[in-house]
Amino acid sequence: MKKNSSKKDKSSNTSAQTIGRRDIIKGLAAVPVLGAFSYAWLKKNKIDETLRQQMREVVSLTSQPVELAPAASGDPIRVGVVGFGIRGKQLMRAAGFPEPSWIDEQIKAHAENKANTNYQNYMEQEQLNMIVTGVCDIFTVYSKEAAVAASNINREGADGKMGSEPKQYKTYIEMLDAPDIDAIIIAAPDHWHAPMAIEAARRGKHVYCEKPVSWSVPELYQLVKVVKEKGIVFQLGHQGRQTESYTKAREAIEKNILGKINLIEVCTNRNDPNGAWVYDIHPEANETTIDWKQFIGQAPWHDFSLERFFRWRCWWDYSTGLNGDLLTHEYDALNQIVGLGIPGSVASSGGIYFFKDGRTVPDVLQVVMEFPKKDLSFLYSATLASSRSRGKVIMGHDASMEISDRLVIKADGDSTQYKTKIEEGLIDVNNPLYSFTPGKKGADGFATATEQYFASRGLLYTYRNGKRVDTTHLHIKEWLNCIKAGVHPSCNIDRAFEEGISAHMSTKALLENRRVFWDEDKMEIV
Amino acid sequence: MSKSDNIYNYTNIQAFLLVTLRVLLGWYFLYEGITKIANPDWTSMGYLMDSKGLFSGMYHSMAANASVVTVVDFLNKWGLTLIGMGLITGLLTQLALIFGILILVMYYLSHPALASVTYLMPMEGSYLWVNKTLIEIFAMAVLLVFPTGRIAGLDRLIAKWTKK
Repeated sequence: MKKNSSKKDKSSNTSAQTIGRRDIIKGLAAVPVLGAFSYAWLKKNKIDETLRQQMREVVSLTSQPVELAPAASGDPIRVGVVGFGIRGKQLMRAAGFPEPSWIDEQIKAHAENKANTNYQNYMEQEQLNMIVTGVCDIFTVYSKEAAVAASNINREGADGKMGSEPKQYKTYIEMLDAPDIDAIIIAAPDHWHAPMAIEAARRGKHVYCEKPVSWSVPELYQLVKVVKEKGIVFQLGHQGRQTESYTKAREAIEKNILGKINLIEVCTNRNDPNGAWVYDIHPEANETTIDWKQFIGQAPWHDFSLERFFRWRCWWDYSTGLNGDLLTHEYDALNQIVGLGIPGSVASSGGIYFFKDGRTVPDVLQVVMEFPKKDLSFLYSATLASSRSRGKVIMGHDASMEISDRLVIKADGDSTQYKTKIEEGLIDVNNPLYSFTPGKKGADGFATATEQYFASRGLLYTYRNGKRVDTTHLHIKEWLNCIKAGVHPSCNIDRAFEEGISAHMSTKALLENRRVFWDEDKMEIV
Repeated sequence: MSKSDNIYNYTNIQAFLLVTLRVLLGWYFLYEGITKIANPDWTSMGYLMDSKGLFSGMYHSMAANASVVTVVDFLNKWGLTLIGMGLITGLLTQLALIFGILILVMYYLSHPALASVTYLMPMEGSYLWVNKTLIEIFAMAVLLVFPTGRIAGLDRLIAKWTKK
């Protein structure tokens, strides 16, 4: 073109239709701007890359989430399920046995709102190597529903083709005695967890037990003893063990990125009746459809009460309150990340400040655990009447870490470890030193502001490729795989013992209104 | 600027400001496009899902369909980049302006600055009905009716070349 135009130059004054020098200059006038743009862009990239490189030198976490082996092959494990209330239904779904009505609801929800992909995600959930060969619920309606769900092997709606229904047992003991039961999933009220798990272990049946591990201290010791004697595979239902960001958090702490950890703050914030355990009462529930005597078990006798049956978490007689229900999740997460063990001492206070509905367990609670061997305090603060969101925060001398679906580490302005780097401007204390969002390929402190906003609200990566895996599903899968492999899972009986003792110490401190201690030599709470 | 090469009869200052406005808009488009291409994790999904107002249903259903998101991502990355390069160099200027306006209208309708809505995405200013996007749309519309590609731009060479 240049060749051509230079030739035409001579005639440019005579004809406006030919390309002259002036045309070339004006035609290309703005092209140098592209050069300026490239310069600016490369320079910015270089600055970002240098900073990234420096950050990587400070923080580089390489751990990958534990990839569970595919569902173990061979004969399926024959599982009995005790309890088909709210959690029982969730567990059965996670195991691959949904109620047909739930499937219909998900299909309808997707039809009404295309953005709701629960149904598609659920159908993509891996098939586990288990069958449900027995169900047991002392409310006849739930018992029937459990049997139908167990037969829903193709995950279909109400008009779908079901498999054969398992036997419905009137008592869990009869179910445990059945020869076609290898293992049980316990989703009964808290005061039944340990008695059922003990009986199962005695018969050599493997146990997946919902948290908390026990309602009282003596039964916890019994359970640990029999589980170890019989060598069964025990998994406590803290599905947080499968959370991807916890693995990274643990690695960061092992690499001393936070420096000396001295304070951990964890919280529960809920603000609706359901979150405060005021569950619906089933219209068909009455003295003939519920085996009330079996519900009471070892708890103090009380006349038949629908409130107590459906909202048992509100009474100490059957429940372990916030300590057993929600503190345990937070404690177990931190026990996984930091390796807390059993606290040296625990203090606790709280009260029934909002839900004055006759309940005996507090709806606002504070627990302070001291870990003198680790030189750190663990603070749990909970309310069932405010949904203000507060994260899990681990505070160290050099950096602090906040854990939710994401993981964010920020350097401390007064850190010793990072002092020079902060002074040299290599570390910016206002921006994350490291941030990790599950599902995202890279992990660094450089996600754009927009990206961070969306990701922190779960709008981005957890939905990427339309897939969101249920941690409860992974937790059950780990248990089943461990049974096949004859090894112990992540939330095994030792972790369960630590969880149980910590929760019981918290309850004892609250109820006795004093600081309680753990006597390590005698292995008892004093 | 002599009359002979000023086919639109702009004064020098008019031509200079119009061309500058075009180049600045181009720079802005180009950088938005290039950063998206450079970031392998970038996706329009969060933005689509954050849509509010009258047309939000359409944007949400786009976000729900993985293959639609892939197409939207591609069109955004390369659309913004090519429009930006077109505006800076003055290549196919009018076409770049039309596509630029279209893409901006899509942005505006997905996130209208209504009094009653707030977005997840942080805004860098305070907007009521009128926002940055709307002003860009009208700035580009002005450039569409006051063309500059044939004053300073590759379009000038193309015009001469084809009419030769």
